[in-house]
Amino acid sequence: MFTVPPDLEAKMDEVITHYPVSKRSAVLPLLHLVQHHFRFIGEEAVNWVAAKLDLPPIQVLEVVTFYPGFRQTAPGKYHIRVCRTLSCAMAGSYELMESLCKSANIDRSHVDHHHPIAISADGKYSIEFAECLASCGFGPVCMVEDDFYEKVEPAKSADLLAKYQ
Amino acid sequence: MSSAAVQYLPGKEPHARERRLIFRNVDRVGYDPSIDCYLKDGGYEQLKVALKMEKIAIINEVKAAGLRGRGGAGFPTGVKWGFIPPTNTKPVYLICNADESEPGTFKDRYIMHQDPHQLVEGMAISCFAVGAKLAYIYVREEFPEAAIILEKAIAEAHSKGFLGKNILGSGFDCEIYVHRGAGAYICGEETGLIESLEGKRPYPRIKPPYFPAALGLYMCPTIVNNVESLCHVKHIIQMGGAEYAKMGTPNNTGTRILCVSGDVQKPGYYEVEVGKVTMGEVIDVLCGGLKPGRKLKAIIPGGSSAKVLRADETFKLKDGRELGILDIPMDFDTMAACGTMAGSGGVIIMDDSRSMSWVINNLNNFYAHESCGQCTPCREGSLWMKKISDRIVAGKASPDDVDTLETVANQIEGKTICAFGEACSWPTQSFIKKFRDELKGDCKPELAGRVVNGETAVAAAGLSA
Repeated sequence: MFTVPPDLEAKMDEVITHYPVSKRSAVLPLLHLVQHHFRFIGEEAVNWVAAKLDLPPIQVLEVVTFYPGFRQTAPGKYHIRVCRTLSCAMAGSYELMESLCKSANIDRSHVDHHHPIAISADGKYSIEFAECLASCGFGPVCMVEDDFYEKVEPAKSADLLAKYQ
Repeated sequence: MSSAAVQYLPGKEPHARERRLIFRNVDRVGYDPSIDCYLKDGGYEQLKVALKMEKIAIINEVKAAGLRGRGGAGFPTGVKWGFIPPTNTKPVYLICNADESEPGTFKDRYIMHQDPHQLVEGMAISCFAVGAKLAYIYVREEFPEAAIILEKAIAEAHSKGFLGKNILGSGFDCEIYVHRGAGAYICGEETGLIESLEGKRPYPRIKPPYFPAALGLYMCPTIVNNVESLCHVKHIIQMGGAEYAKMGTPNNTGTRILCVSGDVQKPGYYEVEVGKVTMGEVIDVLCGGLKPGRKLKAIIPGGSSAKVLRADETFKLKDGRELGILDIPMDFDTMAACGTMAGSGGVIIMDDSRSMSWVINNLNNFYAHESCGQCTPCREGSLWMKKISDRIVAGKASPDDVDTLETVANQIEGKTICAFGEACSWPTQSFIKKFRDELKGDCKPELAGRVVNGETAVAAAGLSA
């Protein structure tokens, strides 16, 4: 059963006031709050947000499925994003990805466009490539949850993961 | 402004050739994002000045300053503001485009993290000038910390009376809210951004009729400006448009932040007067030169969508100048005359260790991922460009595939609703035009599995984990 705690719903009610013209504009912020709390946005969450904003569920689902920042299934306990785009790739982001996967015991062989996230066997870490994280001069860069790291040496990926237990 | 000398963190001092206006407080010793720090430094004084001006006078100062948008298109900001229909009776909105996601670009991040009140003040002035009582900062999802810092800055400005009802007794009301994106490059396109802000898929709108200044957010006049552009407004009020226009070069005024990445000794951000440094000076003077023993091969001068420049190219301009690529001044107009663009200020330097097949493949992967899928030529074409360049890098292509790749790119440009069509086809078109022999030379089975940039080519192309 999908239940939104009262304090989370209070936050949502406040956010909705930011959009006095159209409640539909609050779809993204509400989905962010849902994903931040529940780690992903499932079918029940889509229906709940739709009801909250008086929208047909498809108008929420089409948003969830479009944006790479939204997940429909649970990631690992700590979710990692490695920048894949040119400047970071030149600085070694593919090597960083490989090293992080090795350190976290993640198999990325089944990853594709529609299933970009791979999860470690123990569920502790998940990882995906992200497109340009906008710190191109200081690559390779990655994010663990909301924490941002620059010039991450592939050889030191285990040290980075050690911060997240 | 405070008369105390501004000091910078060790190792992060600006280069002597820089002119720090927007980045004055970035990496500054003792500077923090709080409003107290900003006020101590003379903050919100320009808002006070602006609120006593006629709205049209502010717009005229911005026009006189010659400010051109720093997001990529380089369109004159004051002219954009002037497009709001004079007979308009609908509400007007202002949106700050903080979706910074053009590969190679990393400047707005530092403004938002380290000097958020500069942006808030610039926005408040701009809102007053265009008559917007409601504004949004559309921050990309990958800047969670920036969103928190901006929300705090907005709350602080509110508590001091710089936002909200009847700002500083002027009778002007203005609210700013932070709106977070969700990881889509297309939201940097202003009409896609507006759709996203309306809670929809960010499919760009067709222009005409949907020029945001006439039919934008909720079909009302909407001004969409980049973070850096809005910050410049504050300085234009401070200096006066005419004085501001003395910085830089004619028609390319002010300062701009160059973001340099790739194969140089000191990549990073450098704020310079527009057109006052050349590409060669960017590399050799600002960035300390190429890496030891390396030769320049190619430069993408204005974000990944800008057409690539080859090291040995020369350009004969209409005004008689003959320029090698290192002689090109970093401005909007000369860059355009050389067949590329200054774009977002993201300069990517590539030396002779780089495989051009690998580089264009990396970019094609980006564009295939980021096409919104609305227009068929772009949705299908960007994916085919990725697939063909995947094959080239993997050594599984025939030389004819390079021509096919070019044909695909040619069929996207000019055939889409938004400029993403050009953004995704220009890299492929220019890389093929300038490195055709290299790309064709890579179409050999014996090259499959070769090592490129420290990775096997196949792994680098993302064909295996």
